[in-house]
Amino acid sequence: MSDSNQILDEVTQSDYKYGFVSNIETETIEKGLNEDVVRLISMKKNEPEWLLEYRLKAFRKWQQMEMPDWAHLKIPSIDFQDIIYYAAPKKKETLNSLEEVDPELIDTFNKLGISLEEQKRLTGVAVDAVIDSVSVKTTFTATLAKYGIIFCSFSEAVQEHPELVRKYLGSVVPYTDNYFGALNSAVFSDGSFCYIPKGVRCPMELSTYFRINAANTGQFERTLIVADEGSYVSYLEGCTAPQRDENQLHAAIVEIIAHKDAEVKYSTVQNWYPGDKEGRGGIYNFVTKRGLCEGANSKISWTQVETGSAITWKYPSCVLKGDNSVGEFYSVAVTNNFQQADTGSKMIHLGKNTRSTIVSKGISAGRSHNSYRGQVKINKNATGARNFSQCDSLLLGDRCGAHTFPYIDTKNASAIVEHEATTSRISDDQLFYCQQRGLDTEKSIGLIVNGYAREVLNQLPMEFAVEAQKLLAISLEGSVG
Amino acid sequence: MLEIKDLHVSIQGKEILKGLNLSVKPGEVHAIMGPNGTGKSTLANVITGRDIYDNISGEIIYKGKDLMEMAIEDRAREGIFLSFQYPVEIPGVSITNFMRAALDEIYLYKGKKPLSGGEFLKYFNEKKQLVEMTANLANRSVNEGFSGGEKKKNEIFQMAMLNPDLAILDETDSGLDIDALRIVANGVNKLRTSENATIVITHYQRLLDYIVPDFVHVLYGGKIVKTGGKELAFELEEKGYEWIKDHADIEL
Ligand SMILES: Nc1ncnc2c1ncn2[C@@H]1O[C@H](COP(=O)(O)OP(=O)(O)O)[C@@H](O)[C@H]1O
Ligand SMILES: [Mg+2]
Repeated sequence: MSDSNQILDEVTQSDYKYGFVSNIETETIEKGLNEDVVRLISMKKNEPEWLLEYRLKAFRKWQQMEMPDWAHLKIPSIDFQDIIYYAAPKKKETLNSLEEVDPELIDTFNKLGISLEEQKRLTGVAVDAVIDSVSVKTTFTATLAKYGIIFCSFSEAVQEHPELVRKYLGSVVPYTDNYFGALNSAVFSDGSFCYIPKGVRCPMELSTYFRINAANTGQFERTLIVADEGSYVSYLEGCTAPQRDENQLHAAIVEIIAHKDAEVKYSTVQNWYPGDKEGRGGIYNFVTKRGLCEGANSKISWTQVETGSAITWKYPSCVLKGDNSVGEFYSVAVTNNFQQADTGSKMIHLGKNTRSTIVSKGISAGRSHNSYRGQVKINKNATGARNFSQCDSLLLGDRCGAHTFPYIDTKNASAIVEHEATTSRISDDQLFYCQQRGLDTEKSIGLIVNGYAREVLNQLPMEFAVEAQKLLAISLEGSVG
Repeated sequence: MLEIKDLHVSIQGKEILKGLNLSVKPGEVHAIMGPNGTGKSTLANVITGRDIYDNISGEIIYKGKDLMEMAIEDRAREGIFLSFQYPVEIPGVSITNFMRAALDEIYLYKGKKPLSGGEFLKYFNEKKQLVEMTANLANRSVNEGFSGGEKKKNEIFQMAMLNPDLAILDETDSGLDIDALRIVANGVNKLRTSENATIVITHYQRLLDYIVPDFVHVLYGGKIVKTGGKELAFELEEKGYEWIKDHADIEL
């Protein structure tokens, strides 16, 4: 409860807290994208031949594809030749201890509230810290290894566990899937890899923290999570970027595989730089996240709190292949000023008695546009499938927009699909009521908005939930009055 | 404590209050009665600072300060509390969190150290008993799905939590059965001290059997037209508002 107190205290701090630039010595390659660049990235990472082949196939596919235009977004044209595709903090090689990490880097993560020193972390969250194109430090690797859990950077996994990576890479999101997915598959730099063996319940939260630092670079990370039979893991993802006037591209892929009886909870608090109040700068966040419930009784839950980015294009989805498998999507997406978000989920029901839940809470303020886009697909063999979708929109002010695009496609008559949608505003009566109890306008809005998003916030692990509540309040600063 | 002089208030071009005067001292309970639509809630809104009126003139002095110059939340922090006639729902915000946030703000304003989690809970539970509030109710979202009676109970519970100097109860009796009325009135009476004051707005005499007023004012045609002791309430109940027309203290 002291948390809500703290949250309210911090509402008054305006502006993007993470906009600083770190002075880290960075190795970058030339701007531009062609096959040589793809080869260079692969070479720098000392990759096996099959992976280079995978990248090249993806690159060739990408060249034939067109940027998608179906989203309710105004995306300025992106010059893909004007982007740097690889940037890494210098002096790495494999780091064995923290002493080998650039102090400026440690400092950066400390400023972000992420400690890379294991002994200082009381909460027991294992972190993989990714800055620009590479992973700089993974904590608690040894502790986790005792359980047979593999948690390391993607590059390391390619070297140490190539058979696992080869087996699962692209198995949920093939490189042919979509434009940004193909691009990522060609140039992805690093990310996290996680494997939970049969029957193991991961004893701590696993977390990846993504940070863009270098200018003019794109960030293309790749996360692969495999939960073997009967295992469980809760995974957290956080991200921030410096405040810059130019837009920066972030095109990631997250793939999750849940085998029989396995459960994966994936939570994101997305706080990329959203651009300034006039709409200058900010991250383009074009991300493909998909989970495959491969085995019977498996479960994948996505929870996301989206407050950052100039443009968000993101649809965490579940393919429910195993019988009785369960997919969940809980989302809060906030847009303020000139931000645009087109986000939602896809639930593809293939197995029998598969169940899915979608709870989406959009909050729009300023001149922003916030769209929910969801698809529920019931295949002809998915007897007894059920979906429930709840899509709510909350509007602050009258210059913003909220839109809902639900698509339902049922090929099995026994399926039950329910969709509910509401649109509301914060009423003057609610504001007055809060103010009459001693809360100022901003705090009142923070409270009301957090209440509105409660159902989703409740899904987050405690530590993250507190962070998310503060973020919600802060990102709506100055949106009323 | 509160001095209102020649208050005029209009909304959408219509004048509701037309020169209202009222003086409330610490320790006093004032009842304001009057038929529906005369502006009782309007008066409560103007005192608490609701910003929907197109024209407000006159003077409202509270503890020596000009209220008109003060923000809504500052009036609240200075000890003015309104028990709403129609309490609004705030989905997803528990009463506990709501009160925690409010109390912290008020403490901060007064330069006091906020209560720790433990202290807060202890205080919260104490006050809950005052209005016989169930644990279940306290955990629910503010007013969401509450019955009329539960809403009113919740208002008085919040009043107990915030311990105001000037409490305005706007039709707190409406929608209450006799048991709930007794509980609510008991709560209010227990909170009475020689330092605080209460304005009870009602159009039934019934509540005043439980919360005994020092003064009864009749609001009619935008002004307080008659002031008396508690017996005035009985007279009104018996003779109706028509009677007022002939027996007003001032010209209508
Ligand atoms: N928001 C509003 N807009 C327009 N007229 C209003 C509004 N609120 C109140 N009024 C009018 O002001 C008058 C007084 O209302 P109110 O103060 O609620 O009366 P009471 O509480 O005595 O029943 C009524 O005629 C009512 O219709
Ligand atoms: Mg009224």
